[in-house]
Amino acid sequence: MKNFFKSLLHISFVFVLSCNSMAAEKVEYLKTDWSFKGLFGKFDRGALQRGYQVYSEVCSSCHSMKYVSYRNLAEKGGPEFSLDQAKAIAASFEVTDGPNADGEMFTRPGKLSDKFVMPYENEKAAQAANGGAYPPDMSVLVKARGGGANYIYSLLQGYEDPPLGMTLDEGVYYNKYMYGNKIKMSNQLSDGLVEYSDGTEATVEQMSKDITTFLMWTAEPHLEARHRMGFKAIVYLIILTVLVYFSMKKIWSRIETEV
Amino acid sequence: MSDHEYTPQSKAGKWFNDRLPLLTLANHLTDYPTPKNLNYWWTFGGILTFCLITQIVTGLTLAMHYIAHADMAFESVEHIMRDVNYGWLIRYIHANGASMFFLAVYIHIFRSLFYGSYKAPREIIWIIGIIIYLLMMAAAFMGYVLPWGQMSFWGATVITNLFSAIPFVGEGIVTWLWGGYSVDNPTLTRFFTLHYLIPFLILGLVVLHIWALHVPGNNNPVGIDIQKPSKDTVPFHPYIVIKDGFALLMFMIVFAFFVFYTPNILGHADNYIEANPMVTPAHIVPEWYLLPFYAILRSVPDKLLGVIAMLSAIFILAALPWLDTSKIRSAVFRPLYKQFYWILVADVLILGYVGAMPAEGLYLLIARVATAYYFIHFLVILPVLGFKEKTLPVPLSITEPVLGGSPNLAMAKNKESLTK
Amino acid sequence: MAEKKTKRRDFLFTATYAVGAVGVGAVVWPMIDQMNPDASVKALASTEVDVSTVNPGNTITVLWRGKPVFIRRRTQDEIEEAKSVKMEELKHPEKDEDRAKNPEWLVMLGVCTHLGCVPLDQKGDYNGWFCPCHGSHYDISGRIRKGPAPTNMEIPEYKFVDANTIKIG
Repeated sequence: MKNFFKSLLHISFVFVLSCNSMAAEKVEYLKTDWSFKGLFGKFDRGALQRGYQVYSEVCSSCHSMKYVSYRNLAEKGGPEFSLDQAKAIAASFEVTDGPNADGEMFTRPGKLSDKFVMPYENEKAAQAANGGAYPPDMSVLVKARGGGANYIYSLLQGYEDPPLGMTLDEGVYYNKYMYGNKIKMSNQLSDGLVEYSDGTEATVEQMSKDITTFLMWTAEPHLEARHRMGFKAIVYLIILTVLVYFSMKKIWSRIETEV
Repeated sequence: MSDHEYTPQSKAGKWFNDRLPLLTLANHLTDYPTPKNLNYWWTFGGILTFCLITQIVTGLTLAMHYIAHADMAFESVEHIMRDVNYGWLIRYIHANGASMFFLAVYIHIFRSLFYGSYKAPREIIWIIGIIIYLLMMAAAFMGYVLPWGQMSFWGATVITNLFSAIPFVGEGIVTWLWGGYSVDNPTLTRFFTLHYLIPFLILGLVVLHIWALHVPGNNNPVGIDIQKPSKDTVPFHPYIVIKDGFALLMFMIVFAFFVFYTPNILGHADNYIEANPMVTPAHIVPEWYLLPFYAILRSVPDKLLGVIAMLSAIFILAALPWLDTSKIRSAVFRPLYKQFYWILVADVLILGYVGAMPAEGLYLLIARVATAYYFIHFLVILPVLGFKEKTLPVPLSITEPVLGGSPNLAMAKNKESLTK
Repeated sequence: MAEKKTKRRDFLFTATYAVGAVGVGAVVWPMIDQMNPDASVKALASTEVDVSTVNPGNTITVLWRGKPVFIRRRTQDEIEEAKSVKMEELKHPEKDEDRAKNPEWLVMLGVCTHLGCVPLDQKGDYNGWFCPCHGSHYDISGRIRKGPAPTNMEIPEYKFVDANTIKIG
């Protein structure tokens, strides 16, 4: 049996190694201590709330977030705004509803059940307003990029002057973490851009971290539940495995064969 | 199934059993004499059954929420992930379950290769297994299309375009497969239908696979025919049931780790971008379990020949019982074959690795060498080895090995080679 | 080969079975619960209706949780008729005052309590609703008077947000 597990271990080792090397990127991303990593990883509520502030004040003018609803802001495992806060946030947006009895569309204040209001009517309108580049929907952005949270975090801080000899077209910017180094989004963050209501100093680094945490949550709203359940499930499986192992030993002891 | 006559104890049981011998079947399954020296590599049959059932159950529940429409598929998957009660759990089990299924099936196949389980009288079991494996690949591929992300869309485009390599009718077949002039809504709905159907076909084939197994009985690490029931066998229940259960639990721990802690590591980030027919992702890579075949496809410079090479790589397995000319089943007693076996394992792993790399320069060269070796192994080495190899003496029974030490000890020595 | 029956073995097997059964239960629950209303459905549980255009003697039907809700603005005659019914005559005795807090407005789930069909307005023997499926007659308070339905039509939770707007749910 030992040999079996030994060889299994080796195969999985080789497997994980090759997976890692496949995922390995050419650029080394900036790293920070994400609270949501690890076996018991949880979101930092403060970071989520600040991240929402950055999203709503900075990103949301171009980037939609069409799979997230206002009610999510008050849900457990998220920014956990109070229900009243979430209602107020929702109500601050104009939502198109209808048609009414006369067949007309009308606008009303947002409700908790509404999805985040989109900055543009549709993808084409978004492209037209942004020089042909579609600002991607941010709902699952962290999962849609190979580097994940570290990539987004780095990208926001990766704006630099282009190296000598590189010419950039109008509306194209240099970013050392972007694939191909050319990005159509200009540098959005600068120190003190937003005024955090909790008094945290809004450095570029702080805002990058907060918005990335927020985006991680919008991409994986059940991450905390997943981590909690995962720990319980694995502890349970280990206990049952031990019990079954001894039961097996007991049963096989009836005959003279090693199991 | 007529190992011995079975009569139920109770009157009602007898009445029922005379009309539908389900109790006889149950009795056959529990009493089924199994070689007692089966090692843990044999537990993957049970693990695979678990994988199939898990995929069917989670798949059915996902189908209750998924919408097979090009405009709504991506959104409905996000709906499952966000709003459906435990939707994220069920989807992550299903998505990672596919990978776990293939992990298990590869171990199962390579176990068979090591111990010669495909040889007479087990050829039919083996061929049914190959068909199951093919259907698994079809199901996995079509399942990957359903979320309608970028990889779904472009994977579907690339794979269906393989058929265009067929001379004369290729283009027509591809248009027929798509139901249009590109991968679009008609393609998605038919893939959903087939993805739903195939697991039940697999289930039916699994029944045949096990039925065919129960005729000659299990092969075993020593690879000899055994009297059953005898001193060499144990009843399936409780001995094998508990052992399979133990192995399954170990497997489930690994499975759970993927589902709860790295649920997206085996997938591709691009599949969280909604399908866009105007933009192809920078790197198109299939799921890891298809990489070796993808490498073979790309290593041949001709379109048609590439497709033929890739398909042959799978179909050649069906001819294996006749390509392997050796009378000895288990690699334990075939010192040369054992070495070639491990070279083949390495070869397939290398193919998988280069399949994930860009098809250029050194990678392409490695892929070509590895592809050539893959075919040489089956077409040249195996047939010749059967005649040339000097095999070790095989014991007459499991309980009384004629060699010094038990067969399990010999096995242990073989495993050493893995660690190097 | 002889089976040794010891206490430890019995305990071990019992414990294994018990722990295993707990796990099976824990796995089955998500598969069942996924069929319950999801978070987005639950979030839509309330709806607001503008009733300013409804004249006395008319009924409007709105959709709430996928079911029709009848909102009837009753005339004075109808209110009096509803109040005059004696409790003994009713299969499911409920006072009209309890069913329509503002007697002018009857807000009621338009679903027959027999097998879920939608009853027809101003039909039947009691000047109220009549269910065409199996012939249940309801009065102008939506109470069952004749036919197979066991109970009165259900009154959902609702409130007047202002004089012209009713919030259901």
